[in-house]
Amino acid sequence: MTSPTRGLALTAAGTAALIALAGCTDNPPSSSSGGGASSGAAGPMTVTSTDAECTVSTNTAGSGNLVFDVTNGGSKVTEFYLLAQDGLRIVGEVENIGPGLSRELVVRAVPGTYYTACKPGMVGSGIRHPFTVTDSGADLAATGADAELVKQANAQYASYVKDQTEQLKAETARFVALYKAGQDDRARALYAPARVHWERIEPVAESFGDLDPRMDLREADLEPGQKWTGWHAIEKDLWPPKTGYTAFTPAQRAAMADQLTKDTDELYRRTRSMTFTVDQIGNGAKGLLDEVAKGKVTGEEEIWSHTDLYDFQANVDGARVAWEGLRPILSKRDAALDAQLQLRFSALQKLLDTHKEGKDGFVGYTELSKAEVKALSDAVNALSEPLSKLTAAVV
Amino acid sequence: MTESIPHAVSDDAAASTAPVADGSTGSTGRSGMSRRGLLGWAGAGAAAMGVAGFAGGRASAQEPPPPPPAAPDAYPFHGERQAGIVTPAQDRLHFASFDLTTTSREDVVALLTAWTAAAAELTAGRPVGGDPASYDAPPNDTGEASGLAASRLTLTFGFGPTLFRDAAGKDRFGLAARQPAALRRLPHFPADNLDPRRSDGDLCVQACADDPQVAVHAIRNLSRIAFGTAALRWSQLGFGRTSSTSTSQATPRNLFGFKDGTANLKAEDPDAVSRHVWVGAGDDPRAGWLAGGSYLVARRINMTIETWDRTSLSEQESLVGRDRKEGAPLSGGTEFTEPDFALTGRGGAPLVAMNSHVRLAHPSQNGGVQMLRRGYNFTDGNDELGRLDAGLFFIAYVRDPRTQYVPMQTRMSRQDGLMEYLQHRGSALFAVPPGARPGEHIGRALFA
Repeated sequence: MTSPTRGLALTAAGTAALIALAGCTDNPPSSSSGGGASSGAAGPMTVTSTDAECTVSTNTAGSGNLVFDVTNGGSKVTEFYLLAQDGLRIVGEVENIGPGLSRELVVRAVPGTYYTACKPGMVGSGIRHPFTVTDSGADLAATGADAELVKQANAQYASYVKDQTEQLKAETARFVALYKAGQDDRARALYAPARVHWERIEPVAESFGDLDPRMDLREADLEPGQKWTGWHAIEKDLWPPKTGYTAFTPAQRAAMADQLTKDTDELYRRTRSMTFTVDQIGNGAKGLLDEVAKGKVTGEEEIWSHTDLYDFQANVDGARVAWEGLRPILSKRDAALDAQLQLRFSALQKLLDTHKEGKDGFVGYTELSKAEVKALSDAVNALSEPLSKLTAAVV
Repeated sequence: MTESIPHAVSDDAAASTAPVADGSTGSTGRSGMSRRGLLGWAGAGAAAMGVAGFAGGRASAQEPPPPPPAAPDAYPFHGERQAGIVTPAQDRLHFASFDLTTTSREDVVALLTAWTAAAAELTAGRPVGGDPASYDAPPNDTGEASGLAASRLTLTFGFGPTLFRDAAGKDRFGLAARQPAALRRLPHFPADNLDPRRSDGDLCVQACADDPQVAVHAIRNLSRIAFGTAALRWSQLGFGRTSSTSTSQATPRNLFGFKDGTANLKAEDPDAVSRHVWVGAGDDPRAGWLAGGSYLVARRINMTIETWDRTSLSEQESLVGRDRKEGAPLSGGTEFTEPDFALTGRGGAPLVAMNSHVRLAHPSQNGGVQMLRRGYNFTDGNDELGRLDAGLFFIAYVRDPRTQYVPMQTRMSRQDGLMEYLQHRGSALFAVPPGARPGEHIGRALFA
């Protein structure tokens, strides 16, 4: 872990799911192009939401990406919606706009009739007005099957998390047994391969604010008086510094091992019925690359074992799985971004492969030259930049 | 040892009060040049010859009369308080921390005396030590500020805990009994990753100016004066102010792209400044010399710029607790609207998130304590991986770090969502004595 506050925003699930059913909210100016939909309206439309009125600058726009610049001119927290013809399905929304603040809604709309709605105070059905989207000729890929694709992506990712935590549980149990038994060579050999399952789903694991510090805290992040437990405390005991370190007693070893087992079991239990949304999956992919950029490519994560490249690969694996799950949606929404991600993932993997050792292993971080680290870092940046646009392209 | 310090106090006294007085008689070394310099300025300037008068004279000699200025071109060095604290934050910073290399208390006093004299010259926009004496000697002033305005330079001096006691607790200069109780090395905060080469120090000088060359010129010349008595330990350039210390100033942006320092203490609220910035007469019986001074907290906070830039605007705003465009709290209003921490949005979640920077830093969440922040953006090139070595050089002035900075930073290090993108790499705490009156050196009461 890199910070006690890090985590996937799992609490935002409710509303994010609604957005996920709606259109593309890619930001037109920064769009990585190729989404197929040009802006339907000439410049942003303005919306002023007061406590009693919802004034939209126009009631018609051409199909494509619509940009609503919503200002809350009232005294209550407000929301703005674009609703489908049935008045129920949400095509796009912005919420939690404080009095006096503005926010943009970018939404992809096919020709048809809609409603705009402001919801001051976030209650009731909102102040509604009809809104028409005319055919601008923009090529909008079919959106009808999106809901099904979203469902599939979410289910797939949930299975992946379940599978990884199962493997984590099993491998951790093996690792801990060896460590407790004093079989240090074998424990050292299993340390990185077991952790891989944690690293693949790191943003999910880190979302549990109580477990993460107990399981994955690095010594550098310790607070005064805080008890250090988890993987990295055991790491240091297995790869102790030459001086100034007192090895754990067998009793201390057992306590460390049992705590890690207990926390791993708890993580396993909590991830059985977890559900995900596409924005969480997309943000998780980005978060995994952030982890690589901050901790792994710098060799700070595994400062005793130097097994950082295992974690590196695992983070990239997790990000790739997340992207792959979203590809059916992404390739429809933004094929160019999808193609770019494919290229960058494979370039990074090629580079990582040059540092492989044995079947699934990697050389120690300290064996990398400065130039090699820089090349890895450049490849991570090259992938991270387009990957940061994934979420906006699929929600 | 005093011969290693080129300026004696009499120069300064002369400069700041009565330039016609012969300051050369009682001074050593290069005082003759000083006097010549002074007389030259006296000739160019107007009749009123306070330090501010000098600056005014200089401006009128070199430039057409400016339109009525919002702020003076120069701030006097002497005064009840040191300048550079409630002074409207200038645009540029050069901050320097020094280690004393001497073991002699007299040397320390001589250095402070010489620094005081030089500071009065520098802040008035005059060359240090006047013109060169001899073609065969190196010039007293290093020269790069020639032709530049005073640029509202302020020089603010401070004393670190190690001036009083060394690492082993030994009383270095007979000052240990006067060490303020609050002047201790700052504790290790969660997630600190401090570099000793960017931390601590016996003495500090904060040079702020609107022209970076003027600020650097000041530190360069003060370092030169110190050779043999003190050596530069670390220094930091700041290229853009990140806070406003006066209501006359617009709120600038930090390198996250957000307005910073909106809720800062401002000079226009002297009651709050008295309560939160200036050390009171009875605050610390052992350290009466510090009354009217303050404590300076310096933190070099690196920002993970590249990762931040890949973060969605919604997450950025949520972490900060303000909107990026206007700087208004997410609970609504405009920049200076007080955040409403109770206001909730969809799902009952507070609009200003629990882990947002604004919430955690707000006085209402910190027992009412406030700080006067005076930080600067910095970018020191890049690291080996091509990442910008950039961030915020945080400076805050507080009346008591133990009740103001320390508890707040402890909470922020633990809970602030922004910590994901921050790393504290440097840390220092200094006691900032009150200002020097004409004829006095800075910190005189401590050494009296």
